[in-house]
Amino acid sequence: MGAGHGHKLHFHGHSPVHRAPAHLKILTLLAFMLVVVATPREWYPVFGLYLLVVVAVIALSRVPVTYILKRCVVEVPFLFFALLLPFVATGPTTEVLGVTVSQHGLLAAWALLVKGTLGVLASLTLAATTEPQELLRGLERLHLPNQLVQIMAFMVRYLDVVTGEMQRMKVARDSRGFSARNPRHWPVLARSLGALFIRSYERGERVHLAMLSRGYTGRMPR
Amino acid sequence: MSTPVLDVRGLAYAYPDGHQALYGVDLHVHQGERVALLGPNGAGKTTLVLHLNGILTAGAGSVSVSGLPVEKAHLQEIRRRVGVVFQDPDDQLFMGTVRADVGFGPANLGIKGPELDRRVMHALDLVGMADFVDRPPHHLSFGQRRRVAVATVLAMEPEILVLDEPSSNLDPASRRELADILRSLDVTLLMVTHDLPYALELCPRAVVLSDGSVVADGPTYDVLTDDALMRANRLELPFGFDPRTVGPRP
Repeated sequence: MGAGHGHKLHFHGHSPVHRAPAHLKILTLLAFMLVVVATPREWYPVFGLYLLVVVAVIALSRVPVTYILKRCVVEVPFLFFALLLPFVATGPTTEVLGVTVSQHGLLAAWALLVKGTLGVLASLTLAATTEPQELLRGLERLHLPNQLVQIMAFMVRYLDVVTGEMQRMKVARDSRGFSARNPRHWPVLARSLGALFIRSYERGERVHLAMLSRGYTGRMPR
Repeated sequence: MSTPVLDVRGLAYAYPDGHQALYGVDLHVHQGERVALLGPNGAGKTTLVLHLNGILTAGAGSVSVSGLPVEKAHLQEIRRRVGVVFQDPDDQLFMGTVRADVGFGPANLGIKGPELDRRVMHALDLVGMADFVDRPPHHLSFGQRRRVAVATVLAMEPEILVLDEPSSNLDPASRRELADILRSLDVTLLMVTHDLPYALELCPRAVVLSDGSVVADGPTYDVLTDDALMRANRLELPFGFDPRTVGPRP
């Protein structure tokens, strides 16, 4: 098994950003994102200011910038979509580097790119400076419905177990000569995913039994 | 004799898909006994265990714990009296910290504050895991998780501790440490296991379940040395292990 210490998104530290109460950080992130999303996309310099704010917070938290940047890869599919927009959108066109593209599309791509990136950076900063347990307690203090907090708590708890299971299935597949590069093998991936789902579902049932056995009646004890 | 802690009479059960798992099981366990429940895969051991705390409801027959019948009306009390430790500690440990996990059961019983803390620390002391109280369970080794799983049940101060395959997947040192812990507990014990040397080491009495009925019930040494019985029920001693060289346990 050998689960590592801490979560993969969390960077251990003792900066003021780390120490700030989790519920405040969540609210700040939410407010920041609302402002970013509500800002008209033509106000170009304002986005520079936003970026400065995020960079300042990251600097204050003393989390290495590379640590955050590496984790930004989650954004790649969105970037791909953003790059596609200028070519597929309609309306008046313009020329960029000799290629004819849609003006609307270009603007939409810019908005997606900049707002998405700011969102990812800010969320990663929150994740890097807040332990998952703290995050859950913060959400609880913000009076998020208890059921939702419970579901998230279980997700945090079983993330390692399920990824471990997935990893073992991958090792077992690869040990029998499987190669994900070969498109003919791809149906196997789908079936593995199905098996993983069933296993996780059955584990859910077993966990529930274990909870009932200790007197669980549908509400988490306080 | 006094009221048995565990009193199973004529218990029969068929799963909703029609598969009959238990055919009239009789089992009595008295205060302070340590009993091994043996049997091949598919004999109905786990099904029997799930009846003991009312997860499954008897199709026919009855189960009572210290005189209290296992029925819907007092499931909560039954689940306090019967502590089940499941095979996979990852199923049993689902909270963010060891403290929250061990406290889960007693908190469900309405215990809180200093008394909850006392129970948690006492249970962890019993299994030698008190130093890990604020760690997330998934960062512990497998052996440590198994011990915390035992503590989660001990914290409910059960009258009978039911363990499903306690020695499975443990390395020999963890296996022995767990044996020492189980021996040191002052509690009635029912242990489902395929690990026959473990049964001989820990449990003076053994019950053999085969195809949904009890086929033998007696001193563990006598059961393990009854070659015909062992063969008939797909029970095999590990290579090189002979109970006769160890002798009956006191």
